[in-house]
Amino acid sequence: MTLRFDRLGPYLPFLLNGIWPVIILSLVAAFFGCVIGFIAALAKRRGGAIGKIFGAYIDFFRGTPAFVQLYFVHMALPQILKFNWPGWLSCVIVFSLNSGAYLAEVMRAGIEGIDRGQIEAAKALGVKSKDITRDIIVPQALRKILPAMFNEFIALTKETSIVSVVGMMDLMRRSSIIQGTLYITFEPLLVVLVVYYLLNKILSFCGKCLERKLKYD
Amino acid sequence: MIKVEHLYKDYAEDIKVLHDVNFTFEDGKTYAIIGSSGGGKSTFIRCLNMLEVPTSGTITLDGTVVNDPKTDLTKIREKMGMVFQNFNLFEHMVAKKNVAYALMKVKGMEKEQAYEKAVEMLEKVGLGHRVNSYPHQLSGGEKQRVAIARALAMEPEILLCDEPTSALDPEMTTEVLKVLKSLSHTGLTMIVVTHEMAFAREVADYILYMDQGEITECSTPAEFFTNAKTERARQFVANML
Ligand SMILES: Nc1ncnc2c1ncn2[C@@H]1O[C@H](COP(=O)(O)OP(=O)(O)OP(=O)(O)O)[C@@H](O)[C@H]1O
Ligand SMILES: [Mg+2]
Repeated sequence: MTLRFDRLGPYLPFLLNGIWPVIILSLVAAFFGCVIGFIAALAKRRGGAIGKIFGAYIDFFRGTPAFVQLYFVHMALPQILKFNWPGWLSCVIVFSLNSGAYLAEVMRAGIEGIDRGQIEAAKALGVKSKDITRDIIVPQALRKILPAMFNEFIALTKETSIVSVVGMMDLMRRSSIIQGTLYITFEPLLVVLVVYYLLNKILSFCGKCLERKLKYD
Repeated sequence: MIKVEHLYKDYAEDIKVLHDVNFTFEDGKTYAIIGSSGGGKSTFIRCLNMLEVPTSGTITLDGTVVNDPKTDLTKIREKMGMVFQNFNLFEHMVAKKNVAYALMKVKGMEKEQAYEKAVEMLEKVGLGHRVNSYPHQLSGGEKQRVAIARALAMEPEILLCDEPTSALDPEMTTEVLKVLKSLSHTGLTMIVVTHEMAFAREVADYILYMDQGEITECSTPAEFFTNAKTERARQFVANML
């Protein structure tokens, strides 16, 4: 068998443009995921009824496949809610909630890992609890959980490869169009793998840089 | 002056730690609190600045009830510095920022002024050459001296120390005790929980013996070490020496 990358050539820009849905969706979901995760982490730590609700949310989203969640939100919910929404919105909702659930657990561990002694020392100095959170807890927790957070971001980016099921023109969708047109499978899929790989290499490089930058105050 | 009246502290229904503690700390004096492990020394000293909330009783600092929910704790804590067994330095800040931070946040000092004062305080505890070091770059004794400088920079009237040398090896213990000794009788009220009998004997004006959640005696070191009031205290002294 011979590889026909020459035939893929003219379609390469078309294929590579599929990176934008991946990048944009990952960024948006990572952003909302962080916000939701932070709120859920604090709520779960607080406990009570609200804590339990957030706990159930975290548990549920971590305990079911993103693929099925996406199908459910895009196909099943419209049936009972009686209206439709675009695929990108389903993607944003599912991936935000999904990564929020994972990030919540990461953040909770980070907050709980903070040395109580430092908080007490700050209190004993008369520092207000708002300042303790902002200047003592968050910077140290962030530094500690940064590697785990970037792991979640990488997992999120990879997870987005399922969005073609709701009609997004991502890398996977474009590669299957090319497969159908040119009758080649190996070449476009290899390109998709390489693109994902490079994307995540860049992401983990950014994580390392940020870690180094945050190392100390 | 700190006046403690009928202080009780329970951690839970069945963990009753302090039972009716009554005591008055006079200004400018140095007190050593000693006693066997689990007797409630840490709990007591931590109640004084409300790191532990008393179950009942009152603690009054210069006429203000410390454990009244309406009291502004910031004001109280500004007057009371605290030094911990495990130093509790802010790990992400260099030594001078550890000292300067509360000066800016609590005392509202300008950054430049705060750092100037921080360096000055660190020089006082012999760490003029370590101002830009992070806690993890310091020895235990140096960390504790930074912690002392951090507490003193706030110009407290009272310094609370809970076993300030228990996490240190003997050499470092000496350097920290030297600093604490130099602070006694400078107008600062010092309340030091310690297992260092030599320090208690030499530096303290009074020794408080705490046993099973009560202060069973307050004596001068001379009295305490030769003729403690209770059998248990005499036993304690015999075991320590
Ligand atoms: N946060 C807490 N929750 C429950 N029990 C506690 C708590 N802190 C202390 N205790 C209990 O209260 C008792 C007194 O403890 P405390 O730390 O005040 O004693 P201590 O005299 O300082 O002892 P040591 O010399 O070992 O430091 C101990 O039995 C301890 O187990
Ligand atoms: Mg103790």
